[in-house]
Amino acid sequence: MPRVIPPTVEHDDAYFWDGVQRHELLLQRCATCHTLRHPPVPMCGRCHSLEWDTQAAAGRGTIHSWIVSKHPTEPDTEPRIVVLVQLEEGPRVVSNLLDVDPADVRNEMPVELCFAEIDGVLLPQFRPAVGS
Amino acid sequence: MSALERPAIIAGIGQTEFSKDSGRSELQLAAEAGLAAVEDAGMTPADIDGLVTFTLDSNDELLLMRCLGIPEVRYWSRTPHGGAGAHTTVQHASLAVRGGSAKAVLVYRAFNERSGRRFGQPNARVTPPGWNWYLPFGLDVPAKTYALAFQRYMFRYGLTNEDFGRYTVVARKHAATNPNAWFYRRPITIDDHQASRWIVEPILRLLDCCQESDGGVAIVVTTADRAPHLPNPAATIAAIADGQLVEGNVMFNYYHGDLAEFPEARFVAEQLYATAGVGPGDIDAAMLYENFSPIVFLQLEAMGFCGPGEARDFVADGNIELGGRLPVNTHGGLLGEAYIHGLNNIIEGVRQIRGTAVNQVPGAEHVMVAGGRSGMILTPAP
Repeated sequence: MPRVIPPTVEHDDAYFWDGVQRHELLLQRCATCHTLRHPPVPMCGRCHSLEWDTQAAAGRGTIHSWIVSKHPTEPDTEPRIVVLVQLEEGPRVVSNLLDVDPADVRNEMPVELCFAEIDGVLLPQFRPAVGS
Repeated sequence: MSALERPAIIAGIGQTEFSKDSGRSELQLAAEAGLAAVEDAGMTPADIDGLVTFTLDSNDELLLMRCLGIPEVRYWSRTPHGGAGAHTTVQHASLAVRGGSAKAVLVYRAFNERSGRRFGQPNARVTPPGWNWYLPFGLDVPAKTYALAFQRYMFRYGLTNEDFGRYTVVARKHAATNPNAWFYRRPITIDDHQASRWIVEPILRLLDCCQESDGGVAIVVTTADRAPHLPNPAATIAAIADGQLVEGNVMFNYYHGDLAEFPEARFVAEQLYATAGVGPGDIDAAMLYENFSPIVFLQLEAMGFCGPGEARDFVADGNIELGGRLPVNTHGGLLGEAYIHGLNNIIEGVRQIRGTAVNQVPGAEHVMVAGGRSGMILTPAP
């Protein structure tokens, strides 16, 4: 397995990694104007509210772009497919795509959220949507 | 118009040799390049009273002052975001001399980026704020973080890796006649490109990636009134601008409409053309920062040198070669000459304006030097 660099949890993104432990992909939402923002920032750039809550993503999206990630010089036993997912709620998230051969990955392909422990790190992941 | 109202000039340029193992400290490289630039400007270190470098540069300003014997500095600053901000260093220097905060500013970048810490290798010990969204998912080297955007460009316009390779062939052709270049006398064919190993399949091969290099480059920026008294022709900084947009997050922007476009580069170009009073058709040569070959394609389109999706044909038809409509990276660029974080592209722009480039574009009067999110247009000093 390739080595996973675990997240260094910070004040502003602790909610996200807490959500991952509960198998939720949480999007930060302004409590005043309800704008979703990801990656998170502590102030709403639209209304300047410092109050925010979260909305759990439904877990449906499409692939905006993707690559196969291998170590640049050392052999990897299992390359990871990195995807930029366009969530149906609006924000985009970087994640990985499981359960598919790289030859079968397509832009705009529907994907759905799942969770997996990779090298001991629990991460939000995606897989091809059922029926796609 | 007073000297302060007129655009600033680049009065001197300097560099060390570009290598894979300099055998000396980064501070020594900065000092050697800095002294070369000061002497090229016909100055002494006592004429320098400002210093600008990258936030990523490891050299301490006071130690560099001691090396060069610069007695007093009245202005210093650093610019963020690596190569995307390479031209921002010159913008700071330009504003400092035009605003009267300094008389002459030394801009420099020096590192052992091949024999020391390599940018092309994952470094698990460094997890700067804002990278939790990328590193755990495997985006751990620049080739991957950028390829994720380039893949969208390939999808949108139907390009293959071979299309990108045609830029590399041109860069290596230009480098082959440049004695400064690491790949001097080593041109490649498209078959060589296609035979190089994948770095990020199916987007980037090894020969799509910039080099990792050791070396230093320095530039002296001063006011326009000095131009007539210099030993070498000055380059006027006719326009210089940054272009950052709110959707960005740390070093990249995965969050704007379609990643097949490069809105920051378009924003930079619009500002440069408006300030310099020229359009893309007036540009005689362009030095375009290329950490990876596809970024040249995105910049050519964003800066108006060709239309959206047309860069593949623009490159394949020979427009970016010497003698073409817009010679690009006449020194070989960061793929062919060396990777000194983009400052080596700026000094090639100055050589084109001076008429001293080894691959000279005859009569070059407007040279674009840009790196996506920052750039400048250079012209001859009156």
